Amino acid sequence: MNSSQLIAFLPVICIAASAVIVMLTIAIRRHFALTCLVAGLGVLVSLLALMAARQQSPVYVTSLVRVDAYGLFAMALLLLAGLVVIVFCYDYFKDREGENEELLFLILTALLGGCVLVTASHFATFFIGLETLSVSLFVLVGYALGQSRSLEAATKYLVLSGVSSALLLMGMALIYSECGQLSFSGIEQYLAEQEIFNAMVLTGIVFIVAGVGFKLSLAPFHMWTPDVYEGAPAPVTAFIATVSKGAVFLLLLRFFLSGGGYSYVSMMTVITVMAVLSILLGNVLALLQDNVKRMLAYSSIAHMGYLLIAFIAGGNIESNFVVESVIFYLAAYFMTTLGAFGVVSLLSTPQAEAVELSSYRGLFWRRPGLATVFTFMLLSLAGIPLTAGFIGKFYIFAVGADAQLWGMLLMLIVGSGLGLYYYLRVIVVMSISQESGNYAGREAVLARVSSAVLVLLTLLLVWLGVDPIHLMNLIHGV
Amino acid sequence: MMLLALIAVLFFGGLAAFISERWHPAAPRWTALAALALEFVLVLLQYALTADQSSVWIADLKWPWISRFGIGFHLAMDGLSLSLVMLTVVLGFMAVSSSWTEIRHRQGFFYFNLLMCLAGTVGVFLALDLFLFFFSWEVMIIPMYFLISIWGHEDRTAAAIKFVIFTQVSGLLMLTAIIVLALIYHGYTGVYSFDYFKLLGMPLDAEVAFWLMLGFFVAFTVKLPSVPFHTWLPDAHTQAPTGGSVILAGVMLKTGAYGLLRFVVPLFPEASHQFAPIAMTLGAVSVLYAAVMAFAQSDLKRLIAYTSVSHMGFVLLGVFAWDLLALQGAVMTMLAHGISAAALFMIAGALQERLHTRQMGNMGGLWVAVPHLSAMALFFAIASLGLPGLGNFLGEFLVLLGAFKVNMLLTALAALVMILSPVYALIIMQKAFYGPLRLPHPIADFSRRDIIAMGLLVVASIWLGLHPHKVLETTEPSLQQAMQSSAVTGSTDEQ
Repeated sequence: MNSSQLIAFLPVICIAASAVIVMLTIAIRRHFALTCLVAGLGVLVSLLALMAARQQSPVYVTSLVRVDAYGLFAMALLLLAGLVVIVFCYDYFKDREGENEELLFLILTALLGGCVLVTASHFATFFIGLETLSVSLFVLVGYALGQSRSLEAATKYLVLSGVSSALLLMGMALIYSECGQLSFSGIEQYLAEQEIFNAMVLTGIVFIVAGVGFKLSLAPFHMWTPDVYEGAPAPVTAFIATVSKGAVFLLLLRFFLSGGGYSYVSMMTVITVMAVLSILLGNVLALLQDNVKRMLAYSSIAHMGYLLIAFIAGGNIESNFVVESVIFYLAAYFMTTLGAFGVVSLLSTPQAEAVELSSYRGLFWRRPGLATVFTFMLLSLAGIPLTAGFIGKFYIFAVGADAQLWGMLLMLIVGSGLGLYYYLRVIVVMSISQESGNYAGREAVLARVSSAVLVLLTLLLVWLGVDPIHLMNLIHGV
Repeated sequence: MMLLALIAVLFFGGLAAFISERWHPAAPRWTALAALALEFVLVLLQYALTADQSSVWIADLKWPWISRFGIGFHLAMDGLSLSLVMLTVVLGFMAVSSSWTEIRHRQGFFYFNLLMCLAGTVGVFLALDLFLFFFSWEVMIIPMYFLISIWGHEDRTAAAIKFVIFTQVSGLLMLTAIIVLALIYHGYTGVYSFDYFKLLGMPLDAEVAFWLMLGFFVAFTVKLPSVPFHTWLPDAHTQAPTGGSVILAGVMLKTGAYGLLRFVVPLFPEASHQFAPIAMTLGAVSVLYAAVMAFAQSDLKRLIAYTSVSHMGFVLLGVFAWDLLALQGAVMTMLAHGISAAALFMIAGALQERLHTRQMGNMGGLWVAVPHLSAMALFFAIASLGLPGLGNFLGEFLVLLGAFKVNMLLTALAALVMILSPVYALIIMQKAFYGPLRLPHPIADFSRRDIIAMGLLVVASIWLGLHPHKVLETTEPSLQQAMQSSAVTGSTDEQ
C-alpha cells in the first residue's frame, strides 16, 4: 500500500480509529456528553479526511476497495447522517439511567461498515462491510433494554438479517463457482466474455438481490421494517432508515454498474416486480397506520421502490445520469428522514416514545417550530415543491421518462397520490386546535442542539428545493 | 424586474402578515391589505408603462436557474396574463374583505396562506418556463390546503385532502409530459430546455404529441374543472372559508383555463385539433350536467360551486373551438365568472357567518331582514344567469358565437343552459330571499366595508358587460399570436 492509497483510505481509517478512541474514553471515564463529543469529533475528522482523499481518487486500495468520487460522496453522505444521528442520540439518551456510552461506539462501527460498503469493489469487502453494519445495528436496535418492544425488534432484525446474510453468501458462492472471480470488475469481464445466458450466475444474482432486498426492506422482504422501526429508539430508527439503507443501495448500484448485472434482462424483471410491489404495498399499508413510526416505515418501503425506478433505468440509459439521480434522491431522502425522525425523537423519551398519531394533536399550536419542521419534512417526503424531495422526485421522473419506463412512472404517480393522503393526515392532526393542556406534563425536555440541527436541516431542505444547482453540479462531477 | 416584484410583494407580504401577528391580532389583515394595495399599484404601473407598446409580450424577465437542466427563471406578461393578474389582485382584496370579521383565530397564518396562494397563482400566470410553471402550480396548492383544512367548515379535512390529491396526481401527469417534452428537445439539440418559446413549434411525433397533450389536458381540466374530474370542487368550495372560496372559484379555476389557452393548444396544435371534439363534448356536458346538479342542491355554497363548473364548461368549449371570437369569449367568461362567483361566495359566506347555516331550507324571507345583502345577491344571481349587459352574458355569447362555426350540434346543446341557468339562479332568490321570514332574531345587514367591496364587483361586472373592448383589445394580440403560431406549425406539418 503506497502513500496515495493510504491517504485515499484515510476516512475509513479515521472512523475505525475514532471507534477505538471512543472505547478507550469509556474505559477511562464514563461520561455521556464527553463520549458524544469524541464520537462527533471523530466523524468530523473523517469528513476532513475525505477532502484529502479526494485529491487521490480514483484509486484502488488493494483489489478490495475502490475509492472514487462516487464512494467519497457516498461516504460524506453517510458520515453527515451519522453526525446528525449522534446529535439526536445525545438529546434522546442524556437523561436515561444506565450505560449509554457504548451507543456511540456502535454508531461508529456501523458507520465504518457503511463506509466500507460504499467503497467495496470485491465480494469480501461487500460482505465484511455489510456484516459490520448489521451486527452493530442488532445491538443498537435493542439498546433500550428494559422494553419488550425493543427486544422483540432486535430479535427479529437479528434473525432476518442472519437469513439474508446467508442468502447473500450463497449467491456469492454461486457466482464464484461459475466465474472464479470475487472482484466486481473480474465478474464483469467474465460475463462479457460469456455469450450464452448463465443460469448459475443468474441464480447467484437473484440470491444477492434477495439478500440485499432484506436490508433495503423491499417488498416482499419488508416484513421486519415496521416492527423494527417501531421498536428501535427513534434516533436509531433514523440511522437504520438512512445510513443502513443508503449504504446498501449505493453498493447495489455499484455492483450492477461495474459488475455487469444489467446484462441480465430477466433480472430486471425481478427487480421491476419488487419495485412495483414495494411502491404499492408500502403506500397502501402506510394508509392504515395510526403509529407515526410505522407509517414512516411503510413510507420508506415505498421510497425504496421509487429509488428502484432509477436503478432499473440504469439498464437503458447512460449510467452517469442514473448515478446523479440516485445520489440526489438519497441526499434529499436522508435529510428528510433524519428530520422526520429527529422530530419524533425530540418529542420522545426512552421511556415513552411519541409514536401515536394522537400525541401530535395540535402540535402546531403547542410547539410551532417543531410542527413546522415536521410539516416541511412530510411535504418533502410527499415531493411537494419548495423542498428537496420535489427535486428528487423530478430526477426520478426524468430518469424514468428517459428510459421510457412508463408503467413504472404510472406507479410512481399512483404511489405519490396515496402517499399524500397519509402525509397530509399527520399535518391535519398537527393543525387541529387543542387548547387543553393535558400534554404539559409529558413535554420532552429542552433539546437545544437537536433543535438547532433540525432548523439547519429544514433550511437546507428548502434551499435545495429552491436552488438545487449547487448540489447538482457537485453530484454531476461524481 | 417588475414581474419579479409582482410575486415578491405577495410573498414577502405574506411573511410580514405572519410575523405582524405578534404585535397586534388585527395587524395581519392590514398588512395583507397593504401588500395587495402595493401589488395593485404595481400592476397599474406595469399597464401604464406598456400601454402603447406594439409587441405582444409587454414584459419579460429571464434569469438562469437550474442550468443543469436548462431551467430558467423566465417570467413574461402579455395582455392575457395582465388581465388575469388584475383579476387576482382584485379578488385578493375581496378575499381579505370577506375574511375581515370571519377569521378570528390565528389570523397571521391565515393571511400568510392567503397571500402565498395568490403569489403562486401570479407565478402561474407569469411563468413561461415549464418547470417554473409547474413549480408555481404546485406551490399554490399547499396554502389553499391549509386554508381549507384549518379554517374550513365541519367536513374540512376530507375536502382538503381530496382537493390536494386530485390536483397533485393530475399535476404529476403534467410533470411527466413536461419532462418528456424537455427530453425530446434534448434529443433534437443535445441540450435540455424547459423554455416555452423553445418548446413551442417543436416537431413532434403525432402519437407522442397526443399523449403529452393528454397529460397537460388532464391536469388543467381537473383544475378547471370539467366533468368527469369535477368531484373535488363542490366539497372544497363548500368547506373552504369564504376567503378561500373566493380565491378558489375566482382565481384558481382560471389557472386551469389559462393553462389550456397558453400551453395545451399552442404546444400541441395538431393533437388538440384531433382531440377538440372530445374536449368540446366534455365542455358541453359540464355546462349542462353541472347546471342540472346545481338546481338539485340544498346547500347554497354547493349550488354556487356547481354553477362554477357549468360556467367553466363554456371556457373549455371556447378554448377548443380555437376561433378568435370563441377564445375572446372564453377569456371574458373567465374574468366575468371570477367576479360573479367570488361575489356569490362572499354572499353565501356572509349568510353563513350570520345564520350559521348554508342550507337554503333554513333561510327564506331574508329580503326583509337584510335588504342590502339581498339586493346584491339578486344582482349577482342575475349576472350568473347571463343577463345581457353584464360580463357573463358577453363571454358566453361570444363562446357560443365562435363555437357555432366549429361544431354546430355541441354548441346548440350547450346553449340549452340558457334555460337551466335562470332556473338555478332564481331558485336561490326564491328559497333564500323571498317568502315569509323565519328568523327568530334579527341579523345584521352588510356593513359599509361589505357594501364597498360588493359595489366594486358590481361596477366591474357592468363595466365588463357594457365596455368590453378594453379587455378584448388587451387580450386580442396574445390570442391572435397563439392562434397564428399554432396555425403555422399546423400547416407546415400538413405539407
